[in-house]
Amino acid sequence: MSFVLIAEQILNGLQFGIMLFLMSAGLTLIFGVMGLINLAHGSLYMIGAFVAAAVASATGSFILALVAALSAAALAGAIVEITIIRKLYNRNHLDQVLATFALILIFSEGTRWVFGSFPLYLDAPSYLQGAVTLPGGIQYPLYRITLIFFGLIIGLGLGLLITKTRLGVQIRAGENDREMVSALGVNISKLYTFIFALGAALAGLAGALVGAIQSVEVGMGEPVLILAFVVIVIGGIGSVKGALIGSILVGLTDTLGGIFLPKFFSFFMDLATATNVGSSIASMSIYILMSIVLVWRPTGLFGQKV
Amino acid sequence: MKKVFKFPIIIATLLSVIAGNAIAETKIGMITTLSGGGAGLGVDVRDGFMLAINQSGRSDIKVIIEDDQRKPDVAVKLADKMVQSEKVDILTGIIWSNLAMAVVPSVTAQGKFYLSPNAGPSALAGKGCHENYFNVAWQNDNLYEAAGAYANSVGVGNSFVLAPNYPAGKDAIVGYKRTFKGDIAGELYTKLGQTDYAAEIAQIRASGAENVFFFLPGGMGISFLKQYAASGVDIPLTGPAFSFDQGILQAVGAAALGVVNTSQWNKDLDNAANKAFVKSFQDAYGRLPSLYASQGFDTANLVISALEKADVKNAGAFRDALRAADFESTRGDFSFASNQHPIQSIYARQVIQEGDVFTNKVLSMVLENHSNAYVDDCKM
Amino acid sequence: MIKERHLNIFVLGLLIFVPIFAYWNDQPFTITLMTRAVIFAIAAVGLNLALGIGGFISFGHAAFFGLGGYVMGILAWHSQNYVTLVEWPILIEGTKSMPIIWIITIAASALLAAIIGMISLKTTGVYFIMITLAFAQMMYYFSTSWSAYGGEDGLSIYVRNNFPGLNTLDPIQFFSICCVILLIVLFFMGRLIKSPFGLALNASRQSRQRIEAVGFDFHKLQLTAFILSGAITGLSGALFADLNRFVSPSMFSWQLSGEFIVFIIIGGVGRLFGPVIGALIFVWLEHLIGGISDYWHIFLGFILLAIVLFGKGGITGLLCQKDAQHE
Repeated sequence: MSFVLIAEQILNGLQFGIMLFLMSAGLTLIFGVMGLINLAHGSLYMIGAFVAAAVASATGSFILALVAALSAAALAGAIVEITIIRKLYNRNHLDQVLATFALILIFSEGTRWVFGSFPLYLDAPSYLQGAVTLPGGIQYPLYRITLIFFGLIIGLGLGLLITKTRLGVQIRAGENDREMVSALGVNISKLYTFIFALGAALAGLAGALVGAIQSVEVGMGEPVLILAFVVIVIGGIGSVKGALIGSILVGLTDTLGGIFLPKFFSFFMDLATATNVGSSIASMSIYILMSIVLVWRPTGLFGQKV
Repeated sequence: MKKVFKFPIIIATLLSVIAGNAIAETKIGMITTLSGGGAGLGVDVRDGFMLAINQSGRSDIKVIIEDDQRKPDVAVKLADKMVQSEKVDILTGIIWSNLAMAVVPSVTAQGKFYLSPNAGPSALAGKGCHENYFNVAWQNDNLYEAAGAYANSVGVGNSFVLAPNYPAGKDAIVGYKRTFKGDIAGELYTKLGQTDYAAEIAQIRASGAENVFFFLPGGMGISFLKQYAASGVDIPLTGPAFSFDQGILQAVGAAALGVVNTSQWNKDLDNAANKAFVKSFQDAYGRLPSLYASQGFDTANLVISALEKADVKNAGAFRDALRAADFESTRGDFSFASNQHPIQSIYARQVIQEGDVFTNKVLSMVLENHSNAYVDDCKM
Repeated sequence: MIKERHLNIFVLGLLIFVPIFAYWNDQPFTITLMTRAVIFAIAAVGLNLALGIGGFISFGHAAFFGLGGYVMGILAWHSQNYVTLVEWPILIEGTKSMPIIWIITIAASALLAAIIGMISLKTTGVYFIMITLAFAQMMYYFSTSWSAYGGEDGLSIYVRNNFPGLNTLDPIQFFSICCVILLIVLFFMGRLIKSPFGLALNASRQSRQRIEAVGFDFHKLQLTAFILSGAITGLSGALFADLNRFVSPSMFSWQLSGEFIVFIIIGGVGRLFGPVIGALIFVWLEHLIGGISDYWHIFLGFILLAIVLFGKGGITGLLCQKDAQHE
């Protein structure tokens, strides 16, 4: 196995992780500040991808598609927050799980009703197509490199928003003590709507970006949702930094596990069995990672101690 | 758009329900996937099937359609409903092999006919075959065997093979290797439902293979093709028709252009039945038919042809009428092997662009009147 | 307002008389649907012990449900194909006898629950929810790729397993078996809740200190509850596989774990009959609105949403309006 191949796989893991971060950042904020388990977060990701596909095919512009995806997801998030989610903040986790589970059903079949049963077309713009050669002779798709940079910039922006702005102070305060924040005269319901819409927008953006290299279809949100939950639990709920590190850990484990585990097993069994056993264990690897982390630190890497 | 085109069918179904009650009727239960991610395939099978039923003008055939949500336990529940409550004579419609494995053995054991419009798992073709089970689509391995034969015919020396890590995926690789005479440059099993193939593509790039055979149905195939096209790797791809059917080609777009895939059907097959089918399907639904639609259409026509000859209540005679396969197939010549799976020709076709629409054109016939590898295992 | 006891008696009546009525009117499918509801009810009653009484929300009970299904599937598969299960160190054959399968299922599920519980109960709250989910997902992916027993295709057994003196393929007889098991489980659960163990478990949900002050080992208490809970859900998995004559990885899916939780919330968390009511309502709802349109999931979604938003405490809470804890 050559250096180039390994380097390429690490880049792949990184890119996957960064996209997971866009999903999990919103999820972890919503959880941290409002204490809400939002299973419907994956639906917002799906909405982003579908809207981007529709706008891209109508206008031909990828940038417009991204903007539309972001706005549509934010709008959907805000509407859902105001009409339904708001009533769930004071409920227990069980009610939240059921209500947002119901939202998944509504969103998925609603999307199919509007856009039809077949997958939609969405592709990277022509100026981001093709591969570039990196130092060391690594051939890597330009679009994926762009994704890595783009994701990092958004992560940085989010970090600045939370640490440097007045809004960030309110968000952090909200995570620690909800009553205190509203006692200090912050309009708590507006703050909540904003955070929910922000998380939704990030999910929608991730859906649109990933939709260009994957299949845009109904149900695309759920597998990512489960992964995003794994990420925020590993990182520690409410911590954006944890979400970033958790995402990259999960991205790398999933990608590298799929490649190296079959090779590893082929040292002491025949190729066919090794491929089989290796792929089986690789598909479980992130869940194994998560249980190890939780046994070691029951509130995740950066979670607050209970 | 969709709603408008469905309306005549609903009316026609209702009419056939009303009219059908008066005379002795044949009840057909269709269990297929109509919601969630895989709904496109089920919708096509249903639309193709209903088109043939409506064209036949037979009001004594009543079709009951249910959605299995692609869940095996739901499919089993619906099969129980069809048998116990609706008391149907014939079942059909299942798209996925794992759902077929859950439903087919028990319904055929209860004396019902099952006609498969899509799935053809090897377990039901060999030892598990049954006199009441007919497959009107293909045995699962058929299209992979054709892909192997095609690779031989264009002189490929070594292949990289890729499939999801589940039984149908393993069948695909086995089927390909059965006919392919060259070497295997690499063999990879991916996670079921995987959406990112960057890691696999990197290995393909490093393998130095002369072609890549892949079996990734549905959304997995779309993701793979897009990422493969963007990676700049130029090793040619081949695969079964499932990743290149009419329903998903538009979602893959230019990334699929030029790829050779194997299929028992294409819209440009030159026979009268097919021409009429393609035209009437477009007229009825406003879109091009897919592989699955053709299979649904053929399944319905097979049933109708058998009903012309025998009453379904007379199982022996009806079974013989089905075995005769005396109908005009959209694929041209069609007959049943002794394990009641198709003997049919399989073609290599290539993805092309016609105006704005991506579609396939037939390149050549790869396997003529091809049967399947499990005929001898089937003792009926 | 009605008394919860009267509601429970009404539900029991439904469970017994609907199938008998269906039997007289020759509607075997109604009996099959009721059997499905009863089996889901057993699974949810099991989960309710951990989730409703103990207060730790497991989002991975499909792990036990699926395990039960596979225990049954593997034993029956070996028996029907005349392949020995284990040849060394002792010879073990497959079996098609329900009672034996049930005992092995309960033991296997309890063992799995002990392992998962020992690791997972170190965490609390959402972390517990997610770690139980992770274990179920591991089982799911393992079963999909384990080709010896069918992988994603699952295992079909062609005939239901045997129960001495009964024809299990007859819907009403198989229903009776499942229904009796549900009644036994409910009786057991009713006694358990009122026992010192049950009372302590109920109290532990509110305050760990209080429990430890009266001399209970908090972790042992939770672990015992989790093992019992897993064993009951596992048993229901074996029955479910027998109902369908089929087992596949979808029995491990997270959607199924979610549905168990949904049953409990619809019926009423922590109520003895809550899961039974929830399972009955869900199965019938799914059956009745499934035919309305291709997009029936939308209706289901809105109904579930309405239940959460307007029916605090589930159906039982709506009808009886009295907190479960004060019973």
